Amino acid sequence: MDTITAEGLLLPWPDNDGEPFWEHARHGELRIQACTDCGRLRFPPRPCCPQCGSFDDEWRLMSGRGRLWSYVVAHPPLLPAYAERAPYPVALVELEEDPRIRLVGTLTTSVRRPNAPWNAVPPQRLRIGAPVQAVFQAVTPEVTVVRWALCNG
Amino acid sequence: MLRDRSAIVGIGQTRFAKRLEESEKALACRAVLAALDDAGIEPHEVDALASYTMEETDEVELAKAIGAGDVTFFSRIGFGGGGSCATVAHLAMAVATGQATVGVAWRSRKRGSGRRPWTNTAQQLPTPAQWTRPFGLLRPADEIGMLARRYMHEYGATRDHLFNVALACRNRANQNPDAIMYERPLTREMYMDARWISEPLCLYDNCLETDGALACVVVSAERARDCRQRPVYVHSAAQGLPAQHHGMVNYWNDDPLTGPAWTAARQLWKTAEFGPEDVDVAQIYDAFTPLVPLSLEGYGFCGRGEGASFTEGGALELGGRLPINTGGGGLSEGYVHGFNLINEGVKQLRGVSTAQVPDAATCLVTAGEGVPTSALLLRA
Repeated sequence: MDTITAEGLLLPWPDNDGEPFWEHARHGELRIQACTDCGRLRFPPRPCCPQCGSFDDEWRLMSGRGRLWSYVVAHPPLLPAYAERAPYPVALVELEEDPRIRLVGTLTTSVRRPNAPWNAVPPQRLRIGAPVQAVFQAVTPEVTVVRWALCNG
Repeated sequence: MLRDRSAIVGIGQTRFAKRLEESEKALACRAVLAALDDAGIEPHEVDALASYTMEETDEVELAKAIGAGDVTFFSRIGFGGGGSCATVAHLAMAVATGQATVGVAWRSRKRGSGRRPWTNTAQQLPTPAQWTRPFGLLRPADEIGMLARRYMHEYGATRDHLFNVALACRNRANQNPDAIMYERPLTREMYMDARWISEPLCLYDNCLETDGALACVVVSAERARDCRQRPVYVHSAAQGLPAQHHGMVNYWNDDPLTGPAWTAARQLWKTAEFGPEDVDVAQIYDAFTPLVPLSLEGYGFCGRGEGASFTEGGALELGGRLPINTGGGGLSEGYVHGFNLINEGVKQLRGVSTAQVPDAATCLVTAGEGVPTSALLLRA
């Protein structure tokens, strides 16, 4: 399995529990594991529900809406492909459906620009609490990552 | 109960440097033999060993090199720097319960001249790294920086508060000839002008990259009375893995800003005869400056959200409300996964620190916050 893209960016190495997330992302859907019995969402994915113990699960479609919980701006030292893109902001986004689930991602200026450069959003524009929307970027034919577009951006 | 039934009676270390020539194994052996010599205990008496899962010299290699006898207890603790204090805790339990008589804990690491772990692209852990690294969050500094910015947002903490932490550690290192930063003072101007690593964290918010090794020797309280050095008792010890915790990227629960320190602290104080207000000096794990205010809250020195303001007015300096990291800590003495904090706690309670707190009789030592952690309360 490839561990990096041709450009040198790290690719996910999904485990058994995480595989469905990546499969859905490849089809442009943000889906989170949920318990079929009690309905609780859980992330990261795992074999059974920490609330009720059930091993039955489903992957529930999310709206893709969220809010910026926090962010960093990464500067070198970084891996070469990352250093080329630095400084770039990385967001931690709480999902509208469950604010305990916070997803990491790079930022883009608009839902229409899923492939914008990592430094497309100037850090001065970022505010904790700002609304964002999930977008999907195919980084290889097999792997699609979720990024976050600033709303009203 | 563990209370004062075992003691640290020997400490040893190598030199700290950006680069040491000897292998990690050789450095481990030197630190362990120095600790045994300090205790006045022969290597063949060693029958218990404890270290980190990340330690690359295993029990077999260490035991046969130093000339240990029959070893009847050996233990490894996971989660990087979160395991530091647990090495001593496991040995303390082993000698208190009769599983062994002479325990050695150690850590040897060439993190100064070796590669940075996050640069190894072939070794991405499936969980939780699949949820962070493909999304641009690459390094521990980024992972903790995320919590730091949220903490600053929620509680009005500023870079000056983080500077207070970096400065206290640097000032103590300037008193410690063994510290890497012994002759290199830090000013507020240097801190504020430093290059960013992961905003809001700058260069001086990050620990040093160090080659070095340390060790200590744990025996029962009875045996300790016959040793060469004044015993430092393990008064209380705890590990901490909170409910629904997720490791360094603890982003998926109700409150990522209350980490493993809170869990370890509850157990630590429950089994202690004294409380936070009775701690004379503390050695608080400082891979990154924000871990210190978070730990001050977790271990009960102040309330939730008060860790940053606690650092004001020289509180962490000698003569302050709670002097910390009196050898310089991971930020300024050397970063060997927190083991130097244990040995510095022992030096304080022996009364031989290079930045001695007068009449120090109690010391809190903590392991990495943010990851499953551990802590020790030491007593003279």
